[in-house]
Amino acid sequence: MSVDQEVDSGRRTLLLATSAAGGVAAVATAVPFVASLTPSERAKAAGAPVEADIGKLAPGEMMTVEWRGKPVWILRRTPEMLASLDKTEDKVSDPASNKPMQPEYAKNKYRSIKPEYLVAVGICTHLGCSPSDKFKVGAESGMGADWPGGFLCPCHGSQFDLAGRVYKSMPAPDNLEIPPHKYLADSTILVGDDGKA
Amino acid sequence: MTTKSQAVLNWIDERFPLTSSIKGHLTEYYAPKNFNFWYFFGSLALMVLVIQIVTGIFLVMHYKPDASLNAAGVPVAFASVEYIMRDVPGGWIIRYLHSTGASAFFIVVYLHMFRGLLYGSYRKPRELIWVFGTLIFLALMAEAFMGYLLPWGQMSYWGAQVIVNLFSAIPVIGPDLSLVIRGDYVVSDATLNRFFSFHVIAVPLVLIGLVAAHIIALHEVGSNNPDGIEIKKKKDSTGKPLDGIPFHPYYTVKDIVGVVVFLFVFSAVVFFAPEGGGYFLEFNNFIPADPLKTPPHIAPVWYFTPFYSILRAVTYPLFGLDAKFWGVVAMGASVVIIAFLPWLDRSPVKSIRYKGPIFKVVLTIFVICFFILGYLGVLPPTPGRTLVSQICSVLYFAFFLLMPWYSQLDKCKPEPERVNFK
Amino acid sequence: MKSRLMSFIKRAAAVALFAPVLAMAAGAELHLDKAPVSKDPAVLQHGAKLFVNYCLNCHGASYVRYNRLQDIGLTEQAIRDNLLFTAEKTGELMKIAMQRDEAKVWFGAAPPDLSVIARSRASEFGSGADWLYTYLRQFYRDPARPTGWNNVVFENVGMPHVLYELQGEQVAHVTQNADGTKHVELKLAKPGKLSAEEYDKTVADLVSFIVWMGEPVAEKRKSIGTIVLIFLAGLFVLSYALKKNYWKDIH
Repeated sequence: MSVDQEVDSGRRTLLLATSAAGGVAAVATAVPFVASLTPSERAKAAGAPVEADIGKLAPGEMMTVEWRGKPVWILRRTPEMLASLDKTEDKVSDPASNKPMQPEYAKNKYRSIKPEYLVAVGICTHLGCSPSDKFKVGAESGMGADWPGGFLCPCHGSQFDLAGRVYKSMPAPDNLEIPPHKYLADSTILVGDDGKA
Repeated sequence: MTTKSQAVLNWIDERFPLTSSIKGHLTEYYAPKNFNFWYFFGSLALMVLVIQIVTGIFLVMHYKPDASLNAAGVPVAFASVEYIMRDVPGGWIIRYLHSTGASAFFIVVYLHMFRGLLYGSYRKPRELIWVFGTLIFLALMAEAFMGYLLPWGQMSYWGAQVIVNLFSAIPVIGPDLSLVIRGDYVVSDATLNRFFSFHVIAVPLVLIGLVAAHIIALHEVGSNNPDGIEIKKKKDSTGKPLDGIPFHPYYTVKDIVGVVVFLFVFSAVVFFAPEGGGYFLEFNNFIPADPLKTPPHIAPVWYFTPFYSILRAVTYPLFGLDAKFWGVVAMGASVVIIAFLPWLDRSPVKSIRYKGPIFKVVLTIFVICFFILGYLGVLPPTPGRTLVSQICSVLYFAFFLLMPWYSQLDKCKPEPERVNFK
Repeated sequence: MKSRLMSFIKRAAAVALFAPVLAMAAGAELHLDKAPVSKDPAVLQHGAKLFVNYCLNCHGASYVRYNRLQDIGLTEQAIRDNLLFTAEKTGELMKIAMQRDEAKVWFGAAPPDLSVIARSRASEFGSGADWLYTYLRQFYRDPARPTGWNNVVFENVGMPHVLYELQGEQVAHVTQNADGTKHVELKLAKPGKLSAEEYDKTVADLVSFIVWMGEPVAEKRKSIGTIVLIFLAGLFVLSYALKKNYWKDIH
């Protein structure tokens, strides 16, 4: 009887050891397969930072650059536009940008490095449509008489102010994302790389 | 087992034969206890099949069956393979596993088939297992051939061109048939796309079905063994074969050892010699397909060369049909004839252990011929080589066609009552 | 009759026996010099520079991304400053601007992409590196060719000798061998900027880079392979012991 038990314990140890080693082998084998599902070098190259020349951007104008296949807006805001942000302060759901939808350096009222230039990913935080610009103020925008200018998502009607902050009680839960970016020169912005990450 | 998990199991068993399947195929499937080295290759073939399917699934995510040229002037299909090798994380491992797996598949299957020859595994009552096995081999050849076109290198292209043109040798329907296979007047984008479809969907489905049939038939009649005697003839009072042991755990733990050894050799190739000296990945196949320029010397991949040699060995026209046609017939026959072994062998014993000297000599000559044919198949033909391949082809067929005669003539030893097991 | 059969068998046996030898004798023989391929990052970096300066005007390496050169020890900045002539971003492929159809008119054939050229040039005569190493050192002056250049390894090659400033100009002295084959001997007619040894070293560096480029993952592959094999050896010991343990019950 005791001999049998000894045998069993030896077998149990071997079984455990072999299974454990086999499990390690299985996990190690899975590594390249799972890795192959992640973005390839081509995708990463396509997602590399993009330079935007903002020298020719007039006040009140917006340009769009493509970064990682997504539209990134660069809006040069007029003093009136910037002033409108004070008015929308109590209408938006996260006026102080407490949710981490922006790098630390854009966590301010204007959600930008330089107040004049808003750099934002033009993708609605609801279900991924790209909002349209509704910069005209008041009834002319078709958004009601007290519309201070902003963005409207055509899919489900989410509204954002000129700092990309989402209004209260909208389908979209968060403010528009501010991508990492930095100024290479006064008239050049690098989108996708802020030298920090 | 706790009562709760027993209850779950009961619930399943009332709806699906889970416990009985496990018993029937693993824990109470009695395999002869005297399996030797040659009995590893069945489970290894299954292992390689799994490797090929899994790596294949992941390769399809990145590969593009497109013969058109990209901006750099390289065919998209060819470039997508290099994309997998360079840009896809882990892609090179997956691709080398797949390309090495193709050759490994044939090595394992050839050894598995040779085991059948050694121990008469095709004999009654295992004829259907053998026939299914031959069909698996045929499907595997089709799978490998079509897969080899996909990298769209020079060897891919011209190999496919030559093999598809073989079909045009068939009288009357031949030219139209090869046109239908290609979908074009030459191997082209249309061919690439249909081969891709067959390679990733149609043939694998057939293969899996045949493998299932192969195993079901095996488990119906039980495994043969190196002594070639039926263990079911000697049973104990409970009806278990005296020389049988449960497949699980005994052969699962044994096959695991075989799998580990196989993986060691396989990994050595994958990680240290993925080109297999130019046999697994041919050097010319690193040149994108060029329909206007044939490489100076083209040969099929090594696993086809014995049969390719037989094709080339036929140089005489016969009955008003040209040599090309008879070459194709000979090549087809050389594969199909394997399926008839169960009815060609008239020996009173199954295993080579108890067969007489004639079979041992004949089998040796057969194996040597097979190797020579394989070797000559990679070389360009010369008159001398053609003569050798003709002799070997004749001997190859003689092995099968003369078997009814020499297998009865042989002086066999008596089979033992019980299997040999030390 | 009997003697004829015997002689036939003898002949067949002889052919069978010597078939491998015959195989080697057939076909055009190539004499390739062994390439001193190096994996030293400094060599590879020098090779990369040569490649970009001399090859990448006509030949692309369109599966290779510039930033992959970080694998041979270059920084992203160094790549951008020294090597990035045909692209804007380091993530881009080493493509060329030359039009393929124009190239075909100029050289008779579009210059092949060189990404995997080292792998494709391997043969029974030597590795792809050996071929490239010999090829790049055996250009000679041939007024009969449109480019004015010919090559011993690659007869009537469409490519001119782009490194001639470095090597100088060679001329060929063709003699007949005893077996009727041609024997070509090259002599330096006009020396280049480099000595013969320096030129060989330069070509070796370039070839080393081209070999690296053929399979950038090669070294990583081998180091992973070592770990895999060691692990499997351990797994073998365990699984074998387990098998022994179970099978001791079987008598």
